[in-house]
Amino acid sequence: MSYIEKNDPRNGKVFRVLDKDGKVVNKSAEPKLKKEDLFKLYEYMILTRVADEKAIKLQRSGRMGTFAQSSGQEAQVGIALAMKKEDWLFPSFREHGAMMLRGMPPELFYMVFMGNEEGNRMPENVNNFTVSVPVGSQALHAVGSAWASKIKKEKDCTVGFFGDGATSEGDFHEAMNFAGVFNVPCVLVCQNNQYAISLPVKNQTATDTIAEKAYAYGFDGVKVDGNDVLGLYVIAREALEKARKGNGPTLIEAFTYRMGPHTSADDPTIYREDKEVKKWKEYDPIERFRKYLLKKKYWNKKYEEKVLKWAEQKVDDAVKKAESTKLGIDDMFKYMYKEMPDELKDQLNYLKSMKTSKGEGE
Amino acid sequence: MVDAINLALKQEMKRDKNVILLGEDVGKEGGVFRVTAGLQKLYGKDRVYDTPLSENGIVGTSIGMAVRGLRPVAEIQFSGFVYPAFQQIVSHASRIRNRSRGRFNCPLVIRMPYSGGIRALEHHSESMESLFMHIPGLKVVIPSNPYDAKGLLTSAIRDDDPVIFMEPKRVYRAIKNEVPEDDYTIPIGKAKVVKEGNNVTIIAYGAMLREAQKAIDAVEKENVSCELIDLRTIKPMDNETIFNSVKKTGRCVIVHEGPRTGGVGAEIIARINDHMLLELEAPVERVTGFDTVFPYFQNENHYLPEEHRIVNAIKKVVEF
Repeated sequence: MSYIEKNDPRNGKVFRVLDKDGKVVNKSAEPKLKKEDLFKLYEYMILTRVADEKAIKLQRSGRMGTFAQSSGQEAQVGIALAMKKEDWLFPSFREHGAMMLRGMPPELFYMVFMGNEEGNRMPENVNNFTVSVPVGSQALHAVGSAWASKIKKEKDCTVGFFGDGATSEGDFHEAMNFAGVFNVPCVLVCQNNQYAISLPVKNQTATDTIAEKAYAYGFDGVKVDGNDVLGLYVIAREALEKARKGNGPTLIEAFTYRMGPHTSADDPTIYREDKEVKKWKEYDPIERFRKYLLKKKYWNKKYEEKVLKWAEQKVDDAVKKAESTKLGIDDMFKYMYKEMPDELKDQLNYLKSMKTSKGEGE
Repeated sequence: MVDAINLALKQEMKRDKNVILLGEDVGKEGGVFRVTAGLQKLYGKDRVYDTPLSENGIVGTSIGMAVRGLRPVAEIQFSGFVYPAFQQIVSHASRIRNRSRGRFNCPLVIRMPYSGGIRALEHHSESMESLFMHIPGLKVVIPSNPYDAKGLLTSAIRDDDPVIFMEPKRVYRAIKNEVPEDDYTIPIGKAKVVKEGNNVTIIAYGAMLREAQKAIDAVEKENVSCELIDLRTIKPMDNETIFNSVKKTGRCVIVHEGPRTGGVGAEIIARINDHMLLELEAPVERVTGFDTVFPYFQNENHYLPEEHRIVNAIKKVVEF
């Protein structure tokens, strides 16, 4: 029996490998990951947090626009590690950790929130789709992508991310239904971070869990401790294997907590108590995994310093690259169609002439 | 026209295995208008999919397929039911190339029957093409006859950007013309001068071509020489063909069955105003549907532009 089957959310089950103190509570499920993979998980969680901290500073000093941080949700990288290179990831807008682990250059994260579409130009060899802002809408793309793999008889799977708020959107239900009906190789991941901006999840849905919704669409759902990077890795790997074998989709509910605001424009003190945030801090995914690595004698202060230095350097380089990538007027027009229609050329020429007459050049 | 569209689909599916069909009742039944009849039998259930009843689901999953290299042709059963899919059309299909800087594109065709005049139920007769015309990143194609339908649909399927393909169901079985078995395309974004003339330019598309033709036949008996333009594509619009004609005639009448306000006619007039105002001998006339809900069919003949209204408009601009 698989861990997914064993952990039917309708029986109140929540899957985890590590408890909040980094202790293995599910010995048989502990993945036999190589040391470098464990390091990779840790390092990308740190990188994600360092990247967010830098972004907060940039945003406050006016060098970046409104942005969505993933503080508290860094364990998402466990899902990314379980994916193969040829698999596809369809993110919402809070998955830069998972996207970076799969090869997204960190500067892309900054560019998006610096108002530059170049941040969505994923390298050709990285199978990550662009961020998707309309909540939940990308779930359908993920299912379509998985369906394409099935039609083309390719062996890759698709992972689609969305949040708890998305589960109220029609797109989510349509995606779940199509995934079930066409039995596509898809893993749908709901990052239940307890809030959709201000609305707590208990007001978002009347079901006890989000995972159990999967059964209404004819496939498995599983609730995972979303702050346990190993737990997410194990379940994602299992769900992906299941999908690859043609055994259909899985809904993973990653039960986590958004430590920060919805975006930098949000003030969470209006709608939630400090003591709740403090409580969740004890479940911090990075702290927990650090304790695990310490128990395995993989972690020490020297390693920590090395990782921090690596992450800071990477982030600094990324910010430099992001800030030095500038857009021209043409960039607004030239990607609308494969070939620019005459009417658009006329509009571009008009705008250029206005810039010239205003003395701005282009 | 039904057979011509079916033939285009059949040939493109044969030419390119990445072309797949999906929609409500398109497989076993062959579509409520039988446009896809026989295709599932011919190409199999893994090329032609009967989907759950979910327009947004159809378009959303098609987008996921399209970015992965398939060329889905999605059918929306009636254009009046496309609105749930606006989320996916407006927020994604039309934007993916731009958002991803060309890393991804969306070669998707969304076919849908539109237009009135077939004594149908509510929501089954409207012409809301101008909604799509307003969306950056889309192409909007509306054939008026079987020959064009085949050539334009073939182009739409081969296009690397999303195309809204609106089929005038009023002429689905009403107009018959020779449709070659040969593989041919008609370029998207180019209008056609159907008939040359000197006194007035008539611009129409889709089901309105036939109504315009009737009106032209009537006024030409009174020696008014009309030039008839079939737009074929409303986005991007072929300024050149419109302008060349209006320059010659100095007079113009636009016919469409969609609501008047913010319609295709308003856009054409704006373009003429931008570039051709001083060439005009008379204000441009529009013969359109009204800013009313498309009526239940007892009243639909009052809503739809017809010969008398078009003749009246032609005379008005000629006698100005």
